[in-house]
Parts: sequence; C-alpha cells; structure tokens
Amino acid sequence: MRFAVRRTIFYLITAWAAVTINFLIPRLMPGDPVTALMGRMQGRIDSNAEESIRVLFGLDTGASVWQQYVDYWGLLLRGDLGLSFTFFPTPVSEIVQQALPWTIGLVGVATIISFTLGTGIGVAIGWRRGTWADALLPITTFFSAVPYFWLGLIAITVFSVTLGWFPSSGSYDRGLVPTWSWEFVGSVIYYGFLPALTVVLSSIAGWILGMRNMLVTVSSEDYVTVAHAKGLPERRVMVGYAARNAILPQVSNFALSLGFVVGGTLIMEMVFSYQGIGYTLFQAVNTQDYPLMQGCFLVITLAVLGANIIADFVYAALDPRARQEG
Amino acid sequence: MAQDTTFTEEQAAPERAVEHDVDDPRRAKRFLFLRNGKALTGLGILLFFGILAVVGPWIAPYDPNQVSADLLQPPSWSHWLGTDHTGRDILSQIVVGTRGVLVVGLIAGVSATVLGVIVGVTAGFIGGMGDETLSALSNVFLVIPQLPLIIIIAGQLPTAGGVTVALVIGITGWAWGARVMRAQTLSLRKRDFVEAARANGERTWRLVLAEVLPNLTAIIAAGFVGTVTFAVMSQVTLAFIGITPVSDWNWGTILFWAQNNLALQRGAWWWFVPAGLCIALLGMALTLVNFGIDEFVNPRLRSTGMNARLLRRRRIRPRIGFTPVLRTPPDGRPDVGTTARTTRKERS
Repeated sequence: MRFAVRRTIFYLITAWAAVTINFLIPRLMPGDPVTALMGRMQGRIDSNAEESIRVLFGLDTGASVWQQYVDYWGLLLRGDLGLSFTFFPTPVSEIVQQALPWTIGLVGVATIISFTLGTGIGVAIGWRRGTWADALLPITTFFSAVPYFWLGLIAITVFSVTLGWFPSSGSYDRGLVPTWSWEFVGSVIYYGFLPALTVVLSSIAGWILGMRNMLVTVSSEDYVTVAHAKGLPERRVMVGYAARNAILPQVSNFALSLGFVVGGTLIMEMVFSYQGIGYTLFQAVNTQDYPLMQGCFLVITLAVLGANIIADFVYAALDPRARQEG
Repeated sequence: MAQDTTFTEEQAAPERAVEHDVDDPRRAKRFLFLRNGKALTGLGILLFFGILAVVGPWIAPYDPNQVSADLLQPPSWSHWLGTDHTGRDILSQIVVGTRGVLVVGLIAGVSATVLGVIVGVTAGFIGGMGDETLSALSNVFLVIPQLPLIIIIAGQLPTAGGVTVALVIGITGWAWGARVMRAQTLSLRKRDFVEAARANGERTWRLVLAEVLPNLTAIIAAGFVGTVTFAVMSQVTLAFIGITPVSDWNWGTILFWAQNNLALQRGAWWWFVPAGLCIALLGMALTLVNFGIDEFVNPRLRSTGMNARLLRRRRIRPRIGFTPVLRTPPDGRPDVGTTARTTRKERS
C-alpha cells in the first residue's frame, strides 16, 4: 500500500513537471514567433480562441507569471489546448484525439512483440553462450546502432519501392471507411506491417542484450546449480529458475526505455506518413504550428507516464522486494 | 541511451577484484581494456571518424554546396558516391558533415555527463532529503520522453544551430547517468576506505573528488559513451526532420534532402545508404566501446565476451553455472583459472 501511495505521488509530481515544462518552454524562448503568426492570422481567429492562445503562449504581458500559470492550468483542465494554425480552425485537442489511437496501437503492438521476442532470444543466447548463438549479438548491435528513421527508409526502398509488397505511406486504404469490419482491420494491419517491423528490428537488440547479460549473471547463482543437481530437465531450469529471475530487471528497464521507444516510433511515423501523434508533431514543426506542437508533447508525455504506471505495478506484482522497499 | 547501457543497478555491483595477482595491477588493467577486441575495434573506428572530422573540409573532393550539371548521377570515378538532385557531390557532403556530427556528440556528451555526475554523486553522497529531491528530479527527467522534448525546444528556437542543439540534448539527457552514478555512489559511500578518509578528517569535497570519483571512472566513461551515442542519434534525427538549419552539413541533412527529393522512389540508393551506414558505423563503434567498458568492469561478462572458438582453443567448455575467469601469468601465456562451481555433472 505504501508503495502504491509513493508511486502515485511520484507520478503526480512528474505530470506536474511535464505540464510546467510545457508552460515554461514558449516563455523562455527568445523572440516571439507566436505573435508574428497571430498577426498573420489577424481577423480569422475569434476572440475567444485568441484568448486561449494568448494564455497558452504567455502573450498576456499584462498578467503576472503566476496569474498566467493559473490560467494555463485552468485551460488544460478544461481540455482546451488552443487552436491549430495549420488545420485552422480545428482545436488541437481534437487533432490529438484522432491521432493518439494510431500511435498507441503501433507502439503497443511493436513494443509487445519486440519485448517478448527479444527476451526469448536473449534467454536462448544467454543459455547457450559461447556457441554459434553469440554470433547473433553483433548483428543485433548493428540494428540498434542504426537510427530508426534510416531503417524505415531502407525498408521502404526494399519492400515497397523495389518489391512492391507493402505500401510506403499511410495507415489504411483510403478507399475504405473506418469501421470494425474485417476488411478495414486487415488493411490497417497491412499498412502497419512495415512501420511495426522497423520499430521491432531497431528496438529488439536492447531486450536481447539485457536479457542475455542478466541470464549470464543469474545462471551462475547457487539455486540454478541446485536445480541442475536435482536432475531437473534443462528446459525447466532455464525457464523456471534462471529466466524467471533474470526477467525482473527487464521489466524495470521496460518502463525506463519506453520514452525512448516512443520517441523512435514518432520518427518512424514521420517516415511512413503514418497518421499518429508523431506525424502530427512533424507537420506542426514544419508549419511552425506552436499550439499543436505543445499539445502533442503534452499528450505524448502523459501517455508515456500512463504506460510507466502500468509497468511499475506489473513490476511490483512480480517482485515482492519492490513492494517492501516502497 | 535506453537499455543498451547494460549497467542496471544490480550489475553495477563492483566485481573487479580479479586480476590483482599480476605484478603491476594498474598496468595490467590498462592493457586489459586495450586487449579487448571489441573496445579496440570501436576505438579504431572512432579514431577514423575523428581524423575525418578534423581534416574533412580539406580532403573533400568538392565543395558540398557546389551545384553541377551531373544531376542525380550514380557512383562513378568522378563522384565516388554519386550526386544529388542539384549535382552536389555526396561523398563531399558526408566528409564535411562528419565534423558537425562529432562536435555535437562531444558537446552534448560532456555537458550531460557533467550534469549527471554532479547530480548523481551529490544525491548519493549527501543522502537524506537532498537525495530524495535530486532522485525525484532525475526520475522525472527519465520518464519524460526526451526526443519529443528536444523536438519542441529545438523547433521553437529561432536559430537552432549545432551547439544549441548539443546543449539542449545535454540538458535533457543527463538523468540516466545521474541514476546509475547515484546507485554506485551509495554503495561506495560506506566502504572502509571512504570511512577511513573521513575519520582522518578529510573534507567532504576531497572525499568526493579523491575517494569516490576515481572509483566511478568506468561508469562515468560508460555513461559518457552512451550519451554521445544518444546525442548523435538525436542530432541526426533532428536534421532529418528538418528542425536544424539545412545549410549545416551533417549526415542527417543529407538524409533530409534525400527524403524530400524522393530519393527512395527514384531508386537513388547512393544518396541515403552511405550516410545511414556512417551513422550506423559510428553508433556501433560507440556501442562496442561501451561493451569493452562493461566487460572490463564485470569479469563475468568478460569471459562470456570471448567467442566460441577462443573458448575452445583455451579448452574451456561453456556451461551453465560456470564462469571461466582467465588469468594471464607474467609470461603472457593465458592460463585457465576457474571459479569454484565446476563440479556439476554433465547432462544430456
């Protein structure tokens, strides 16, 4: 219980910090790009929306910083993230709401596949260390050293331009209406295959390596020797004794590396023009759509926080020590 | 920066008291790091790029911005890596761009490592409330996804040049190092030699600088290498999505031009493959150096770092529960020393 309370407080602090960073960044920047943009949009923004953009970007020079901060929180709690300049006059919150499920789906599926597969391969390599299996390590190292987006470029060249197997951009067949029909779901999987594949390829090395190194460390523990001495089948020792204990750091690493994986996936979306948050952020950056940029960052951070909370509680459920240390 | 730094707190436990039976332990240790094939390969590649970064602008065959009539030519003798859509030489772009990549990596790595050491060691050493606050701070920075943060900061800066980007990466990327450093400092703080120095009446800053910091060298180095890797990747990514000025040549800029001019659809592989391979090579070199440091610190990983043939030549059969630790006697011939757990019966 104490553990839960402590973690909750930590996540509240982190959420607060993320919002505050989001509040501070536009105010600390030299120059005033937003004012210029507002000037360009003169007359097209209604006064109500203009007000919220002023609050979000600190153009209210009259109000004190504290007053601005309070107003800012007020806007956020009402779910008002301002209006997008690019997709004028759509509210940022609406754009983000449409993009978020795509990103969560892509990151979720790719990360689960990568984690499961990587951990499995890591166990296999760690258990057979010093054999041919070790040759897999340099290969995976190469893939982890390649930037995400470049792997995406190569995948597009090979699989969509040269072989023509998969589409190079988009997230579903534009001729279909988004429903829960087999046809549509099939199309989503077909379009998502390449982005997911590249995310898995570039993130799997970390899981393999982490698991292998942990397994090597764990497999010289006494209880593994005892299990062997009792004459348990090799498989059972590997899975039930060694891997089971080696997997704990993997889970805690999972939480820590999530932000990294999400960052990589965002870039992948930009390469594949996949209609998630990353692509939206990309468009926002290219068109200098500041409200949309801020909104994307906020939502990404909060989503990563949410995933962290889940990983944390899974860890606590798996490892009694984590609960006690609290 | 994420999980490929293999120092989890569990592993960071110091297990380096192995090769003390050699004449001059310090010398032997230094050579041990250099004898490591991975580290040596990595350092070699780094040296190559380092030299390229220094002399790049002089040895580049063309001016990277020079437009010519050879539009989108595949590799040939006059343009070794072909040309882009306005006839600029791609090899020259890569050679000239090396400096930008390495400078940003270095500045970001140094600034993030310095911040990480300050926060981590302070937190680990002072303990109590200060520790709680600093750990919470670094955990907050760990949880907030760095790349989007860097993107929105760099995207709002009016002039996001190389050094600015490097500093932004440094300011956002110190948390991982701080966390590892804190864990290690905590375990060092109560060791006998620190206690002895404290009992001698040494001042705190001296305790930290002379007793604790030298024992963190390997971890600081690993953290530094990890941060440089991350900084290089982030910078190249930023250049690729077009946030940093496209007139500064680095490998990401080349990929930016390639992507925006449909190099993929036109099948102009010479445009985007070499730059990507350079990034991969640099990233791999840094990872290899990090492996070397890991194996240097953790002898268990060191012996498993040997490949299968080497193990067979030394008549070591890799088995579970058995960690061969190699000793090298003064005459340089490797000799097999073993840890205790070797008596397990062979199984099918």
